[in-house]
Amino acid sequence: MNITKSIHEWLFSLMPEMTASIVEMVLIAVIYLAIFAVAGLYLVLLERKVAAWFQLRLGPNRVGYLGLLQTLADALKLVSKELTITEKADKFLYNLAPYFVIISALMALSLFPFTQEFQAFDINIGIFFLIAISSIGVIGILLAGWSSNNKFAMIGAMRSGVQTISYELSVGLSLLTMVLMTGSLQLSEIIEVQKHGWLIVQGHIPAFIAFCIFLIAGTAETNRAPFDLVEAESELGAGFHTEYSGMKFAYFFLAEFINMFIIAAIAATVFFGGYLSPFGITESIPLLGIFWFLAKTLVIIFLMMWFRWTFPRLRIDQLLILEWKYLLPLNLMNLILMAMMVLLGLTIQF
Amino acid sequence: MDTPILRNNFKSEEYQINMGPQHPATHGVLRLLLTIDGEIIKKVEPDLGYIHRSIEKMCERDSYQQIVHLTDRMDYLSSHINNEAVCLTVENALQLEVPERVKVIRTIIAELTRIASHTLWWGVMGMDVGALTTYFYGFRDRELINDIFEETCGARLTMNYNIPGGLMFDIHPNFVNRTKEFIAHFKTKLPEYDLLLSGNIIFQKRMQGIGILSKEDAISYGASGPVGRASGYSCDVRIHHPYSNYDNVKFNEILKTEGDTLARYQVRILEMWESLSIIEQLIDNIPEGDFFAKTNVVIKLPAGEYYQKVETARGELGVYINSTGTKNPYRMKFRSPGFSNLSLLNHIAVGGKIGDLVATMATLDLVIPDIDR
Amino acid sequence: MTYFKDIYYAIKSLLTGMSVTGKYFLNARKGAITQQYPENRATLKMFERFRGEVVMPHDENNEHRCTGCQKCELACPNGSIEIIWDRQVDPETGKKKKVIDQHIYHLGMCTMCSLCIEACPTDAIVWAQNFENSVYDRTTLTKVLNKPGSKLMPGVED
Repeated sequence: MNITKSIHEWLFSLMPEMTASIVEMVLIAVIYLAIFAVAGLYLVLLERKVAAWFQLRLGPNRVGYLGLLQTLADALKLVSKELTITEKADKFLYNLAPYFVIISALMALSLFPFTQEFQAFDINIGIFFLIAISSIGVIGILLAGWSSNNKFAMIGAMRSGVQTISYELSVGLSLLTMVLMTGSLQLSEIIEVQKHGWLIVQGHIPAFIAFCIFLIAGTAETNRAPFDLVEAESELGAGFHTEYSGMKFAYFFLAEFINMFIIAAIAATVFFGGYLSPFGITESIPLLGIFWFLAKTLVIIFLMMWFRWTFPRLRIDQLLILEWKYLLPLNLMNLILMAMMVLLGLTIQF
Repeated sequence: MDTPILRNNFKSEEYQINMGPQHPATHGVLRLLLTIDGEIIKKVEPDLGYIHRSIEKMCERDSYQQIVHLTDRMDYLSSHINNEAVCLTVENALQLEVPERVKVIRTIIAELTRIASHTLWWGVMGMDVGALTTYFYGFRDRELINDIFEETCGARLTMNYNIPGGLMFDIHPNFVNRTKEFIAHFKTKLPEYDLLLSGNIIFQKRMQGIGILSKEDAISYGASGPVGRASGYSCDVRIHHPYSNYDNVKFNEILKTEGDTLARYQVRILEMWESLSIIEQLIDNIPEGDFFAKTNVVIKLPAGEYYQKVETARGELGVYINSTGTKNPYRMKFRSPGFSNLSLLNHIAVGGKIGDLVATMATLDLVIPDIDR
Repeated sequence: MTYFKDIYYAIKSLLTGMSVTGKYFLNARKGAITQQYPENRATLKMFERFRGEVVMPHDENNEHRCTGCQKCELACPNGSIEIIWDRQVDPETGKKKKVIDQHIYHLGMCTMCSLCIEACPTDAIVWAQNFENSVYDRTTLTKVLNKPGSKLMPGVED
């Protein structure tokens, strides 16, 4: 990362330390915003393409080569649309809600180590921070549903609250199972541990169970089908964002896809070694870490899309039964199993 | 802390919500006024009339040949069977013997229509419970049937292929081959329906034990078709009052006793197999002969009342004609299956959740123009 | 133990479902059933019985087969067909004979029921396989089927 270093030095030589660091932060924020926008847009395109391939269709293929500019065109359309508002909406909360959702998604993005050096924010409570920040987004959804003054939106928001609070437990516990092996919450250190084999290999059976639970709970936390009760278009029309239009709707829409990316990225980092290449084949070229990280993330994203385009939606009470009667007890058992395994030294290490 | 003031503050309140007329799950312009307590449904009030075109009144204006094409617009997913119902009524009134060939062709096309309607229903059923992919798989198979129809009678949805006395024109030379191709194709795809949706644990849990309709209620509400048969009410017109060529083919009436949404779902899936077997029995044995029996250009029914019922994809369609001997009916009335099936929605959906209501409504397989006419 | 059995069967049923969609995903290239409409215009061929709109074929001498008997007008349930006709003296026989002036067809009111074409005794009107009927102004949907200056084909009687 020589470029970043030279930019850093150039900035600090140009202006006083205080201004320089602020400018640097702004630069980093802009870079992350760009990643955010591009990732969001192309994930939407990927979702549409994958859905089409599952459904015997072709998917968007008119705008640009192979439809690559389709989502850009959609974004342009959304920007130019009128922002409508209901008369009896709580205007302040109504306008605040989309930012809540999008900022929490953006903050979570800053934690991931794309390569060894490409990481904006490496704090020692990394995973804890991720879980905490990714569940703030639900407040935005609740606000949106409440402030729209629409009954459909309200039902959607209430469902979202129930759903996120329940599934937060499973996400946390399944990650905690893995933390037992790493002994650290810091993301860079978690990856460091995996140089002796990815955690899903090191922890074999309990790690695999933890991964399955994490994937289910993660899908539920991002409100994607089969857990998309919040939007549930055949029941609630559009759920919490019924009354949103234009760019504000786009924020919700993008945040959903960024959240999916975040869940997949957590799984890739914690279970599949993040930027580490399989068997260390490209360890000499650190920049390829981005490739490996994205490849692993995309595979998990594909799995989530596969779920979405295959399964029917759960009902709200079944959603809670799944969490409290199946995932949570299994998770606790799994945690004990993992603790015993770590204690007895049964993990596999290369 | 148990003061009355505090309890009043936390009193839960029922509220009303409009599901429709523009709502993805009502499949048309049906408005349901729901009274809900949280997620639990307390009352469902269907509100009709958004697509009323007074077809019955228009029938009084038209000649008997012209009436047939209006029935295309009632239950558009089984338009051929609607046509057949009117034609059968007129033929019965005239005591006209139609050629065997007409009867067989009518039966084959009616069963193809039933499969087309059920595949569309299956796709939409999946979509209503959130599995969006089923929609496209269902439409893929329906498309082949539509091609058969288009080649033979020129239209894909509003066929108007029957005329009183027979068929408008003979079947296309490709008809038999295409139908056989379709049967071969559909026999490989129908098991996939089960693998993808019917066997799915989420789907089964969603459908089991909700929207239960007992046999007694099914009879007293006038339920018919798959809705009635899923409750154990043997109501298949094709068996009890055979018309066209149904008395010469062997098929089973699918009966289930559970009466819940899953039973209604399974009845329709199994019915597609039965329809396939009916078509297979007939497709090689279409008798030669005329494709219509001669009628007068101006058909005048003898004065009197005539009633004929047929089994459409949704249930029992009854056609009532009151004639005074002129070239128009004095009064015409359709007993549509959707109307009576909708009437029991309040009975079976109360107590369920919003998601249950959507699933229950999907298995009633409502076509709104059929209800409003 | 039924608890774990339930989980096992649940996962199995989910995986079966995923295998179905997964199979289609792998064959997505050749399995797609989409018809890319404006591009496939050249190859898109409708069936010969397809009901697009009613037309009146004319031969090279600008002659049609419509005798003006108005059977189609009577058969039409919606009044989509209007025939403006006159009686003219036939120069050969000297008898007065119906001759159409305009055969007006309202495509916007037509329900494609095919009753007029069945009713026509001389096969003067037939279905065209044209399906791109959208226009910006609905008055353009009212068409005069007989071409200007056309006349009845000799020898056609009803």
